[in-house]
Amino acid sequence: MCTYATVKTAIDGSAKGPDSGWFSVTSGTIYFDHPVHAMAEHTLNIDFANPAKGPAARVAVELTAASARELVAAIQAALDSAPVELTS
Amino acid sequence: MSIGESLSAETVTVSGHGGDEVQAYLARPAGDGPRGGVVVIHHMPGYDRGTKEIVRRFAELGYDAICPNLYWREAPGAAPDDAAATARANGGVPDERLIGDVGGAAAYLRSLPSSNGKAGVIGYCSGGRQSVLAACNLDLDAAVDCYGAFVVGTPPDGFPLKVTNLVDQLPNLRAPLLGLFGKEDSHPSPEQVAELDEILTASDKPHEFHSYDDAGHAFFAVERPAYRVAAANDGWEQITGFYKEHLGD
Repeated sequence: MCTYATVKTAIDGSAKGPDSGWFSVTSGTIYFDHPVHAMAEHTLNIDFANPAKGPAARVAVELTAASARELVAAIQAALDSAPVELTS
Repeated sequence: MSIGESLSAETVTVSGHGGDEVQAYLARPAGDGPRGGVVVIHHMPGYDRGTKEIVRRFAELGYDAICPNLYWREAPGAAPDDAAATARANGGVPDERLIGDVGGAAAYLRSLPSSNGKAGVIGYCSGGRQSVLAACNLDLDAAVDCYGAFVVGTPPDGFPLKVTNLVDQLPNLRAPLLGLFGKEDSHPSPEQVAELDEILTASDKPHEFHSYDDAGHAFFAVERPAYRVAAANDGWEQITGFYKEHLGD
């Protein structure tokens, strides 16, 4: 199915792809739908993007549902492991 | 209609919604015609290699075929996946724009000296819904819906993309419709396919549906795990017969 489901969030950070330099990213688009490349019918997809720099200013990941959940937990664990004064 | 061995493919520009110049991929058989035309509506992942292969296949089957790049406005010249991501982040393709772009593509086909005046439409995935949408709003001679979600059924609350069902538009369907679905799909589910069948039957709209065992969504997509050879092969045979009947001389 096409889920069409799409969640957007503002992002403040930077990203880098294999054929590009670093660039600032300002938006994240997160959706669970068909991947372009991953060998699964549906994946959790994240586009880290800077729309002001054009469509190619994008770092994309396509993760299986299980690995996406593990990533969420890992991100939370990494944030929790840091001194609170650094992450608040 | 003869099936030629030679064909050509190129990028052209069509006049789409609002008179906008929109990129499109055109494939044509060799020879003068006359022959029908097919507008291919790409799936949500965009104007990609797989879609262009489908366009060329219709040329191989004897039709002038064209696919407008529905994301051209958001991302002219971008890679198909980047363009799809940009369009998605912007909320998708508005229905009104889709109708204008498909209408422009059909008019382009009918303007070709090889045209017999007939034009059909086919869409996959999100394009399946858009194929029905186009056939409810444009003068087309045949429409094919390949597993389009939300022709019937209700998108979830808080849906971020500009998608509604087409139930209120179905009385305006003005072309015979071929529907190809997978029984293991959930959007559209077998129940939704049955509901659409009932609505069209009650409205006396010509239609023909085929639902395949051991197939879910996107069973035509040869480069994806969802590909199902038996369903796809039979589906192509159904499309070939349907278009021969409605787009032939």
